[in-house]
Amino acid sequence: MNWLISPLAFNFMRTGVLAAILVGATCAILGSYVVLRRMAFIGDAIAHTSLPGVVVAYLTGFNLFFGALIAGLATAMGIGWLSRRDAVREDTAIGVLFTGMFALGVLLISTTKSFRDFTQMLFGNILGVTTMDLILIAIIAFAVLTTLAIFHKELELTSVDPTYAAVIGLRADWMRNILLVLLALAVVTGIQVVGVILTSALLVTPAAAASLLTRNLFRMMLLAAIIAMSSGVIGLYASFYLGVASGAAIVITCTAWFAAAFFGRHLLRQPARS
Amino acid sequence: MKHPRFPYSRTRHGTPGPQTPALECIDVSVRYPRAERRAVSDVCLKIAMGSRVALIGANGSGKSTLLKAAAGILPVCGGEIRVHGSVPGGCCHRVAYLAQRSELDWRFPMTVRRLVLTGRYVHLGWFARPHAADHEIVQKVIDLLEIHDLADRRINELSGGQQQRALLARAMAQEADMLLLDEPLNAVDAQTRQIVRDVLRTLSQAGKTIVVATHDAHDIEVDFDSVVHLSAGRLINDEISRPLIVPPVATTQRISV
Repeated sequence: MNWLISPLAFNFMRTGVLAAILVGATCAILGSYVVLRRMAFIGDAIAHTSLPGVVVAYLTGFNLFFGALIAGLATAMGIGWLSRRDAVREDTAIGVLFTGMFALGVLLISTTKSFRDFTQMLFGNILGVTTMDLILIAIIAFAVLTTLAIFHKELELTSVDPTYAAVIGLRADWMRNILLVLLALAVVTGIQVVGVILTSALLVTPAAAASLLTRNLFRMMLLAAIIAMSSGVIGLYASFYLGVASGAAIVITCTAWFAAAFFGRHLLRQPARS
Repeated sequence: MKHPRFPYSRTRHGTPGPQTPALECIDVSVRYPRAERRAVSDVCLKIAMGSRVALIGANGSGKSTLLKAAAGILPVCGGEIRVHGSVPGGCCHRVAYLAQRSELDWRFPMTVRRLVLTGRYVHLGWFARPHAADHEIVQKVIDLLEIHDLADRRINELSGGQQQRALLARAMAQEADMLLLDEPLNAVDAQTRQIVRDVLRTLSQAGKTIVVATHDAHDIEVDFDSVVHLSAGRLINDEISRPLIVPPVATTQRISV
C-alpha cells in the first residue's frame, strides 16, 4: 500500500488528486447530457476555442480561468448567433468558429516563442494546479452540479421532447443555453487537468462508457463520475511512477474504461426480460 | 387547479367565461419559419367548449400546422387564434397537445412513468418537485391506458401503439380542458385503437374539448360533433366565405365518421 500513499506526501500530488476527482466528477456528470443530447462536437469546440482566451490571459498576466471562461462563453454564444435563423447550419457554425478561434490561439502563442507553456495549455498540467486553482475548481464543480440538480427535470424534458416543452411554455433553447454555459465552466476546469485538446474526452468518454452499461440516467451519471474520477487518479499515479504526460495518461485510462465497457457490456448487462 | 410559484410561461390569463369558445380562429394564416408558402391560409373556425371536432385532410393539408399554431408553438402570420379567449400558449396548462410520435427522442434513458409524469410539469413550474398527488394522477392515467405493465420500462422498449398510449397518458396527466391530438391513431395496433377510442369517449363525457387531426376519417370511428375538411391549407366548406361555427354538443347532431 505504500506505493499508493507515499506520492501523497507531495503537496502537488495531493492537490492534483483532488483536482482530478473534482474535475472528473463535474465533466462526467455534465457529459451525460452532452452524450445523450449529441452535443459532443459542441463540447469539443468550446474546449478548443478557449485557447485564445487562455493565451491572452497568459500574455497579459490575467487569471487563465477567466480567459478560458470568456472565450468559451463567447464561442457558445457565437455558435448560437451564427446559426440563429438557419442561415448557417449549427455544425457548420461550430466547425468555422472552432478552427478559427483555435488558429487565433496558435497565432498568439507563436508571438511569444514559449512553446513549453504552449504545451502546457494544449495538454494540461495537473501537477501545476495551485491551491487557488483548486478552490476555483471546487467552486465551479459545486456551481455546475447544483445547477444540474436544480434544472434536472427541465433539462430532461427538453432533451426527450422539446416540442412538448415548448407547448407548456418551457423553451428548449433556454435550457440549451444553460447547458452551454455549464459546458464552458466545466471545460475551464478540464483545461487545467488534461489541456485544451483532450478536455472533450472527459466530457464524452466516461459518459459514453457509462451509457453502454446502464439505461438509467441517474446510474449513468454516477457510473460516469466513478469512471472519470478513477481515471483521473490512475492517470495521475501512472504519470508519477512512469514519468508520462498526466493529461494523456488520464484520457487513455478513460478510453480503456470505454473499451472495457464496449466489449464487456454483454457480460455485465442485466439478463434480458422474458 | 393550483398555480405554480414559478411558472414556465408568465403569459397566463384568467379563466374564461362560459361563452368563450375553446378555440377560435379568425382568418388564420400560418407559415413555417423560412418557408415561402403558407401552410395554412385564411382559416376561420370556432370550436365550442366540450365539443369534439375532427380535422380531416391529406398529408400536407395544414391540419398539423393548425394544431401547432393553436398549441402556441408556431406563430401565426395573419389573423388571430384565441384559445379559451387568450393568445395561443397563453393558457398552456389548459391545453394538451399530442405531437406526432416522431418528435420525441425515444432513445433517451427514461421510464414510461417518468414520461407520463412530465405531463404534470406545467402545474409545477421551475424548482418544484412532483408531489404525491402528481404521482397518483400519473398512476391513474397509466391504468386507464392499460400501460401499467410497461410503466417502469424504458421508453425505447415501446412499440408504436404503446408509445402512442404513453403520450396520450401524458396529455391526460396534464388534466387540460382541451386536447389537440395529431394523428393519434396513425399506425397503431388494434388494442391501442380500442383503448384510445374508449379514452376519448370518456374525456368527452367529462366535458373536455377534443380536436383530432387525421388523414383518414375511418381511423377514428368516434362520434364527432363536427368534421372540418382541410385541403392545401384551406377549409373546404359549402360556403368558404362564412366562418364555420361549431355549436355546443347539446344542440348538435352527432356525425359518426
